[in-house]
Amino acid sequence: MVNGQARELDVEVRKTLADALREDLALTGTHLGCEHGVCGACTVLVDGRPTRSCLMLAVQAHGHDIDTVESLGTPDHLHPLQQAFWEHHGLQCGFCTPGILMSALWFLRERPHPSREEIRELLSGHLCRCTGYLQIIEAIEAASGATGGRRQ
Amino acid sequence: MKPPVFDYYDPLTLEEALGVLDQYGDDAKVLAGGQSLMPLLNMRLARPGALVDLNKVSSLNYITVENGTVRVGAMARQRDVEVDPAVARSLPLLVEALHFVGHVQIRLRGTIGGSLAHADPAGELPALLVCLDGEVVAAGHHTAPRTIPARDLFVTYLTTSLRPAEILTEVRFPMPPPGTGSAFEELSRRHGDYALVGVAATVRLASDGSINDARIAFTGCGPIPTRAADAERYLEGGRPVDGLWERAADLAARDLEPDSDLHASGAYRKRVAAVLAARALRKAAARAAPPDRGRQQ
Repeated sequence: MVNGQARELDVEVRKTLADALREDLALTGTHLGCEHGVCGACTVLVDGRPTRSCLMLAVQAHGHDIDTVESLGTPDHLHPLQQAFWEHHGLQCGFCTPGILMSALWFLRERPHPSREEIRELLSGHLCRCTGYLQIIEAIEAASGATGGRRQ
Repeated sequence: MKPPVFDYYDPLTLEEALGVLDQYGDDAKVLAGGQSLMPLLNMRLARPGALVDLNKVSSLNYITVENGTVRVGAMARQRDVEVDPAVARSLPLLVEALHFVGHVQIRLRGTIGGSLAHADPAGELPALLVCLDGEVVAAGHHTAPRTIPARDLFVTYLTTSLRPAEILTEVRFPMPPPGTGSAFEELSRRHGDYALVGVAATVRLASDGSINDARIAFTGCGPIPTRAADAERYLEGGRPVDGLWERAADLAARDLEPDSDLHASGAYRKRVAAVLAARALRKAAARAAPPDRGRQQ
């Protein structure tokens, strides 16, 4: 399942999940920053848990639920997280953003009212070259107020 | 940066997995959490003929706390161990060490067994296993499983004594005696980076407040994790007074010959090892509870 829809793909076993999402399903919201697991830009949810899709083979996704940034909302109806990132300038070039959004989505379900320290801890798994992270922290903090702990 | 071509197997049982490995000999690699192996494949630093994916072998994913040991199946996810209440009660040092392993996103998929089998010279779990004198279980096709004590497991950089067709199936962390204090200290440039130096320490106090025994294990200071045997002997029977931990730590660091690399010089690592060892020992002692005073943790 990808974003709630059953999808079937025929792929080489060596193809990563990130590449399959981008190339075979045209879900290019998931980005490739390093392809060795340090930048976090490729983060998607696998069975609800944030996972570096560049470190997973596409064939390993068989039978699992994958959620990408495309599942978060639409330009007309932004997810509260996306709304918060917009309002708090939590992105500039946007390259790292999809991965951070997916991590934050999981995180706010686990920790509806996180401290700044906990948000920082979450973000240590994501590299951003533009923002200096402060506005990302503020955006996630604001989103935690907005979602009010409700499951999104 | 795409993986090379390989054959792929996703067995449902350990026996199936061992059978495939047996066929391929040292041309197959076991895929656990993939957080270490996949980067190697993506960068083509590894080119195995076959991958044996253990993610469907559910019999390897368990966490048990019993008989003074935390027994963890090789495929237990690091995060699951990190948040397990029984582990937190019984072996807080394991939880503390896991906080330093990569980032939470890595730990959600990375496995305990995979990390040990990978044997990164700056890895936290190998140092922890050596500190606690733990052991692992290795299975082979048509052979009886064997246990490998921590001191015999790590051979050199990224190399264990596991045979090519063996799979590490279980990890056993012995719990220190009740009242033992423990601490894990690490220095890295950024939180979640590989350790420049890491130290695992335990201190057990006797009822008169003297040191019953102490253990110190280093990571990042050589090809494999090491115990500071001389320093441990020095501390035995000692009284926790000012300067004791520093003297022990200096002794512990004296024999280290850490490598220099682009992250830090060997001399810097050696210096930091002494500082962190003193900190870890002091913390461990503060967390220790002599037998007649009960747990203070």
